[in-house]
Amino acid sequence: MKLISAIIKPFKLEEVRQALIEFGVEGLTISEVKGFGRQKGHTELYRGAEYTIDTLPKIKLEILADDNDAPSIVDVISKSANTEKIGDGKIFITSVDDVIRIRTGETGGDAI
Amino acid sequence: MKLLNLCLILLTTVSSPTIFASEINSGDTAWILTSTALVLLMTLPGLALFYGGLVRTKNVLSVLMQCFAIACIVSVLWVLYGYSLSFYGEGNFFGNGDALFLSNIARDGLSVGYATSIPESLFVIFQMTFAIITPALVVGAFAERMKFPAMCLFSALWLTLVYIPACHMVWGGGLLADWGVVDLAGGLVVHATCGVAALVVAMVLGPRKGFPGPSLVPHNRPMVVMGAAFLWVGWFGFNAGSAWTAGTDAGMAMLVTHISAAVGALTWMTAEWFKTGKPTVVGIATGMVAGLATITPASGTVGPQGALLIGFLAGSVCFYATQLIKGTLKIDDSLDVFPVHGVGGIMGILLLSFLGTKGILSVGSSGDFNPITQFIIQLKGVGVIVLWTVIFTWIAIKATSLITSLRVGEEDESEGLDLIEHNETGYQN
Repeated sequence: MKLISAIIKPFKLEEVRQALIEFGVEGLTISEVKGFGRQKGHTELYRGAEYTIDTLPKIKLEILADDNDAPSIVDVISKSANTEKIGDGKIFITSVDDVIRIRTGETGGDAI
Repeated sequence: MKLLNLCLILLTTVSSPTIFASEINSGDTAWILTSTALVLLMTLPGLALFYGGLVRTKNVLSVLMQCFAIACIVSVLWVLYGYSLSFYGEGNFFGNGDALFLSNIARDGLSVGYATSIPESLFVIFQMTFAIITPALVVGAFAERMKFPAMCLFSALWLTLVYIPACHMVWGGGLLADWGVVDLAGGLVVHATCGVAALVVAMVLGPRKGFPGPSLVPHNRPMVVMGAAFLWVGWFGFNAGSAWTAGTDAGMAMLVTHISAAVGALTWMTAEWFKTGKPTVVGIATGMVAGLATITPASGTVGPQGALLIGFLAGSVCFYATQLIKGTLKIDDSLDVFPVHGVGGIMGILLLSFLGTKGILSVGSSGDFNPITQFIIQLKGVGVIVLWTVIFTWIAIKATSLITSLRVGEEDESEGLDLIEHNETGYQN
């Protein structure tokens, strides 16, 4: 099992979510996060003085997937979140030891 | 003793309103000074907070900024030519340039026309606060997507092409005043113009990204309630100040204004309760605004019973109008300016023909009041103002689009106008 974490631009969320649902993903976790990469932050103004906000708001998606599905899901996200501009974000894939559905106690692939 | 009595009688007889009219009445002046401050409070901060709370986090500053900038722009234009074109001259649609730059306004000058017991300087600024709030109300139609330079240009053009002629037609001795149209505090001049303009602008500009959808919800409802409360209190100056005297008319105007606000709020709340299962705070606040907008033109002529009915119709009709515009017609008049102000203002203008008090409402050349005759006069007035507003709002927005682009790009719209247009953010976290 894999945990796919994707950092994307906030305005792409709706498109990515739609694409994932069409693919057949049955659940995902969304968090509002802040950070910076090559895009860096942005500047704001205060009474004529510029100052830098070092971090930008991004959306983090987390999806659990079978090993077989993981590459396709990554593909769906890469395509739907792409604007070909700096700041489109990143996708991390990590292996997951186990998953437990709290209500039923199911584990592993059954709990996805 | 007899002689003294006779003198007293003579004195009482001569101190008729016509004599009073040529001198300052300090009571009236004090009340209009107060009302002016109250009406400005309706825009800053009232309307700004009301609208600011209704938009999303990333656009809160842009709305506050738009209301603030409009207040400043209109103030200057009112001095340069707005007041003169509205209140001087006998034209049907526009006044004349006799008071450009307020050149005619003497320090000790008295106001003319229907407000003869207050200084003209006070008349100028009281009217200015009405000219400020009207284009600021239109902000609700283009919120969250219009570029700031386009907003400034459009608001200036709109004031010139729509508000000033409407003001002259109804209040400045123009066409509708000659017909005998009754509009105490701006059912036509303020609410019909901003409401109809909102529809035109929303249709030209197109909907916000994500409309209609669940993501376009108010970001700060406490702010909405705060703004609504400012509007309610400020409206006492709007309507009771429009009585021009600190007398019986002002008292009754304030009373009926309050009644209509309360009934409008309760009615909207109840309609929503039945329809969706819960009474909401944004609902009760919006119903209050509808009640206030609807009583506005009628607040000089209806009594408390009429106000109960007007409030009820405001809360119910405007509630369903809101569902119709966004739900059925899918027009993104983002903060519901047309259903609340346009529908409310026009409804008040028409209803006052039937709910007006006989005697107060004796207008027209004959002086006899007849509800049907008055209704036809009011209806013609609505027709002229609606048609004028549609045509000239369209011209104003098209002219603006020839000079500068109206909308921010798609990505900038998602980023939010606060950062894109002003390099500021409303909330640091």
